[in-house]
Amino acid sequence: MNDIIKGKWIGKPLDRVDGPLKVSGEAAYAAEHDIDAAIGFIVESTIANGSVSSIDISKAEKVEGVIAVLTHENAPKMKPWGDGADDRFQQSHGVLVDAAIRHYGQPVALVVAETLEQARYAAILISVIYDEKTPKLGIDRDDSELADGIDGGLEETNRRGDFEKAWGESDLTVDLNFTTPHMIQAAMEPHAAIAEWDGDRLTVHNSTQVIDWGVGCLANTFGIDKNNIRLLSPYIGGGFGSKLGQHYETILAAAAAKKLDRPVKVVQTRRNLFHDGPHRSRIEQRIRLGATKDGTLKAINFETWSTQAIGHPFTEGPMASAANAYRCDALHWTGKTRETNETINDSMRAPGEALGGITFEAAIDELAEKVGMDPLEFRLKNEPAEDPASGKPFATRDLVDCLKKGAEAFGWDARPKEPRSRMEGRKLIGYGLASAIRGNMMMEGSCQIDLSSSGHLTVRMDMTDIGTGTYTILTQIAAEALGLHPDDITVELADSDNPTTSGSGGSFGAGTSGSALWNACIAMREKLAKAGGFNIDPDGIAFDEGAMQAGDRSVPLRDVLKDSDGFSAEGSIEPGDEHDDYVQNSYGAHFCEVAVDIDTCEVEVRRFVSVFSAGRILNRKTARSQCLGGLVWGIGGALREELWLDERTGGYVNRDLAEYHLAVNRDVPQCEVIFLENPDPKSNPIGTKGIGELALCGAGGAIVNAIYNATGKRVYDLPVTLDKLM
Amino acid sequence: MTSLTINGRAVELDADSRTTLLDALREHLKLTGSKKGCDHGQCGACTVLLDGERVNACLVLFAGCEGQDVTTIEGLKEGDDIGAMQRAFVSHDAFQCGYCTPGQICSAVATLKEVERGDASAVTGGDQIELTRLEVQERMSGNLCRCGAYNNIVDAVMDAGGEPVDAEAGR
Repeated sequence: MNDIIKGKWIGKPLDRVDGPLKVSGEAAYAAEHDIDAAIGFIVESTIANGSVSSIDISKAEKVEGVIAVLTHENAPKMKPWGDGADDRFQQSHGVLVDAAIRHYGQPVALVVAETLEQARYAAILISVIYDEKTPKLGIDRDDSELADGIDGGLEETNRRGDFEKAWGESDLTVDLNFTTPHMIQAAMEPHAAIAEWDGDRLTVHNSTQVIDWGVGCLANTFGIDKNNIRLLSPYIGGGFGSKLGQHYETILAAAAAKKLDRPVKVVQTRRNLFHDGPHRSRIEQRIRLGATKDGTLKAINFETWSTQAIGHPFTEGPMASAANAYRCDALHWTGKTRETNETINDSMRAPGEALGGITFEAAIDELAEKVGMDPLEFRLKNEPAEDPASGKPFATRDLVDCLKKGAEAFGWDARPKEPRSRMEGRKLIGYGLASAIRGNMMMEGSCQIDLSSSGHLTVRMDMTDIGTGTYTILTQIAAEALGLHPDDITVELADSDNPTTSGSGGSFGAGTSGSALWNACIAMREKLAKAGGFNIDPDGIAFDEGAMQAGDRSVPLRDVLKDSDGFSAEGSIEPGDEHDDYVQNSYGAHFCEVAVDIDTCEVEVRRFVSVFSAGRILNRKTARSQCLGGLVWGIGGALREELWLDERTGGYVNRDLAEYHLAVNRDVPQCEVIFLENPDPKSNPIGTKGIGELALCGAGGAIVNAIYNATGKRVYDLPVTLDKLM
Repeated sequence: MTSLTINGRAVELDADSRTTLLDALREHLKLTGSKKGCDHGQCGACTVLLDGERVNACLVLFAGCEGQDVTTIEGLKEGDDIGAMQRAFVSHDAFQCGYCTPGQICSAVATLKEVERGDASAVTGGDQIELTRLEVQERMSGNLCRCGAYNNIVDAVMDAGGEPVDAEAGR
């Protein structure tokens, strides 16, 4: 256990250090850097499969202000899509490489002009003739193959225990088929990039969650050395997985800038982004559960069928929610997929558990009802002693504490015992709960810190802040470790010239970058202690208020620093053996009350109480905000969000923010977030666990379970829109 | 040539007649605080005050702003310091990524004004309009926040409007 952390800065609800810049409009996002750039506008394919047989750009080229029109016939040389790396984020993302079309919306041209108005107008004058083939779209169970691994490190199949035997021994079973819809991350900042070349050296400002992967992708796309690329992304207007990789705006901006030898800016339109960025694909899920009469869970079988885009292997696994949840004799799963002409399918906040947290938790409720047990009691009874998927021990396990604490705070005892049994006026009232479990991941990262002779610390790494509060928590970690005031610390992130980290994704960012920084601070403490004449273990020295103190000896840091050139230190982290030897998760429990209008079937989420255990909390204010955000996503996912695929064209019908419904302010009740602050030494040196996705896991499950309790009707085809409750 | 006032300063710009107020601000006047989230009037990220009323700047043609008075997020600062609503957003952590935030804050400033002068909303019950959480939620629902900061946005607007906010919230 980390004894150095006393909680003077770590944990405190500090205001975001980048807050004033963001509320004053002074933080520069990707498209907002003051660079004199030509403007590029993307022309999308209107077919999903086939090729461009001819493209007429002559009218567009004549428009005033148009500088160039890039097509596959004249674009600078790029490597074909998929070249250079095995992983989907770093492989070449070459575009306009040839005439082939793999998905609807794939760019067929980029118009570059002096102004946006000119480029946008010229784009509509381009006419394209296609050689169209019938696109392969949608899930087809008979035309599916086992996935090549499932996102989050799961195998495509799991065969622990004898399912047929356990199923046969079950007194009560459920066999349920769910579907979850196409969805989209819809970060508020559309993907944007400004690219410029200086000889062979490429500089890109864009909106990227993981800088190092982005550099790898650009290197593989343009066939240049990673060292010749600088990628910067200091402020990111939300990611949610959609900015893990590079997308067409960045590749095309770099290609056009190379061709024209001047900076080019490309911003995706919101409508383009529904096709030209990633989304989450529709998934069919069959869940079979069996239990004995006394409520002992015996058997779990979770099968999924989904789709993936050509050249972009990714399979989401809702079965992740079953993997580490409840005890059982047999736990089997199978993930199948089908390569299609659909747009890129990739991670969307809490891939796997965001969906399984609805469907699996609904299935558990349904089984509990068959057994005749309260859903809380059923979950508590089936608490596992070891990980049900692997048999490994848990690093920490406090799901039961979360459930009990939440039940008390919410008043679960007052739950309507029978479905559709409580009314207030014309509203049916229901309570629901769900468990929250999300895998806790660690990655590799390193960090450089420099303490100047005047006592100012600068922290450098390529870590990103996608709105999670990274600038702030890193400031707090350094302040805690070195006894500095946050005002004396500057954190510089998201520049590929800085030491490499994991970036932001999978809730691994804070733990990874925070631990790398922590280790750098430990190295700095040793140097300062030595310079201050201490001959003891630096861990025994208190660094506080700008001084080092041990026993009756206190040395102000300024005395050590004033005649020095300053001090520098580096730190790094990689996942320890404890990430292999133990199963690591963050935990939580959601309790929710809904009111369903008996006439219109409109669902109002009235109340949310959620308890989370995510190790040490680095900042109680920003952590709470992350969790509130997860609950909002739970509401959107359960009740609102659905992209409709046009199965004739492969495009999405409702490709804008009026037709794709995010939860809005009125949809969200005042939520209560409770933390169990249990630092986890097996996770990393600072004892944190992932928090950014945890609150979403199971939030939708609590809502759909509450709707069932209110109405007596269960909807298996998500989202639960009012027409399905009629 | 279009002449108008932006954040208290006289501005003249000869922009393409197709230019929206939002693109004029962002692309021509280097006032990038107003954000483009959808360009269709659907997300509210571009909300600014036009002659004191909130509008989606992406739905306003710049050439039509002749003689008008525009206030953007940059104009809500009080000297070198951030303004009262901006401070409330920081202290209540009413944003995460910050991209919808300038629009939220401009909308919030207008919301307080609309409530004060008695403009009714869909949730207003009687003749007397009070600054309740529900009123704020209703009036702020045209500004999408994908990070999901809605609870904290309501806290910030209530606080800036002089209403008590639950001590637990935003801490």
